[in-house]
Amino acid sequence: MSKLRDRLENTTDLVFTSEFPTIDGGGMDQVEKGVQRLSPWFLAVNATDNTSAHAHASNIAIAIALKDRGLEPIMQIVCRDKNRLAIQADMAGANLHGIENISLLTGDDVTAGDEPETQRVFDIDGPQAINIASILNAGTYMSGRKFEPAPNFYIGSVENPYAPPLDYRVQRAAKKRSAGAKYLQLQFGYHPDRLENFCRGVTQVASDLHILPTIILLRSAKSLKFVNERIPGIDVPQSVIDRVEKSENQSEAAYQLALEQCKIALSLPNVRGLHITDFRHDDTLERLMLDLGRTPNNL
Amino acid sequence: MLKLLPLIEHGIKKPIWDCKMCGQCVLHSTGMTCPMTCPKTLRNGPCGGVRENGNCEVKPEMKCIWVKAYHRTESLPLPNSWREHYNDLRPPVDVRLKGSSSWINLFTKRDQWLPVGWKARIENKANRVKK
Repeated sequence: MSKLRDRLENTTDLVFTSEFPTIDGGGMDQVEKGVQRLSPWFLAVNATDNTSAHAHASNIAIAIALKDRGLEPIMQIVCRDKNRLAIQADMAGANLHGIENISLLTGDDVTAGDEPETQRVFDIDGPQAINIASILNAGTYMSGRKFEPAPNFYIGSVENPYAPPLDYRVQRAAKKRSAGAKYLQLQFGYHPDRLENFCRGVTQVASDLHILPTIILLRSAKSLKFVNERIPGIDVPQSVIDRVEKSENQSEAAYQLALEQCKIALSLPNVRGLHITDFRHDDTLERLMLDLGRTPNNL
Repeated sequence: MLKLLPLIEHGIKKPIWDCKMCGQCVLHSTGMTCPMTCPKTLRNGPCGGVRENGNCEVKPEMKCIWVKAYHRTESLPLPNSWREHYNDLRPPVDVRLKGSSSWINLFTKRDQWLPVGWKARIENKANRVKK
């Protein structure tokens, strides 16, 4: 059984997940490095699917490589680059290799990437993809053609509780739950009040939906400004930028901001852990985990 | 007349809703806002890229159609039977219907066709609720 499923469904223990770095060149040595770095701290790690609309080694190839190395993958499937046939093929392929955790996303637009001239697909959307995974779990493709024995996907998704229309985000989470999602890894953000409203709302309408808010590790006010200006759906209030920019040690201030965000997130209802994304690539990841009371290789 | 209907429908709906003639109209359940005008053609709510001002990730000058749909569903004097379908899980578009008249497809119930697996899941869920 997927460790992620077992932990979220059968225990009340906290769960920490992370994002596997994208792989381009560098071969399996590069994969090995990522596994060494993340394995001690994370129960499961996302194998992303052309993240931020940039081409990389594929979701399924990374998921298999992680599984082979004993690090449990959460295989993302994004609707931007594949039609419904290709998405079902990804699911069938994941099942073939014993990959249980899949996370279905609508995905960034092609304009977010380095090949904005690309044809965007979006033949289906995130909630529809979740429903298709549920259909496969019941033993057929969407067409009704048999798929036996039925897979046992542990289905997840993503939601952005920080982006308008704010009042609707909870209902959208409920829609995803109803389509078959059991857990949500949230987009990261800098409005804790919005996160709180979202979690409280989810408790009301989908109380068995596990939430893993995302916290990202950044190094400076410059990175916060970049996020604010360049990543649609993420607003960084000026007061947050000022807090880091006006401090004597920006790196330390950015770290303290992330630590504070972790603590706030963990105090909210339906939050079962955190999804940590490291953009600093220094020793801060380890420090954060230790400060959160985690010990290495004790998942 | 049947051949003229798609032209008439397009003539009316294009200027008002920028209709894309998907042939399976859901305007009534989306606050009279056409989801096919979303650059990602999303039929189940907004993506995570909506900007702080409520505008689109892809076209920053355009209001997100799902922000519009949400507010219009709340504010327009729509029948409750329409409003309550706002958060329904809409099935994937049947691409074969593109360019055809959604009025004819509504009348013949062609727009209610669903893939067998999709339909079975709806029925299984309904049965579970009954039990």
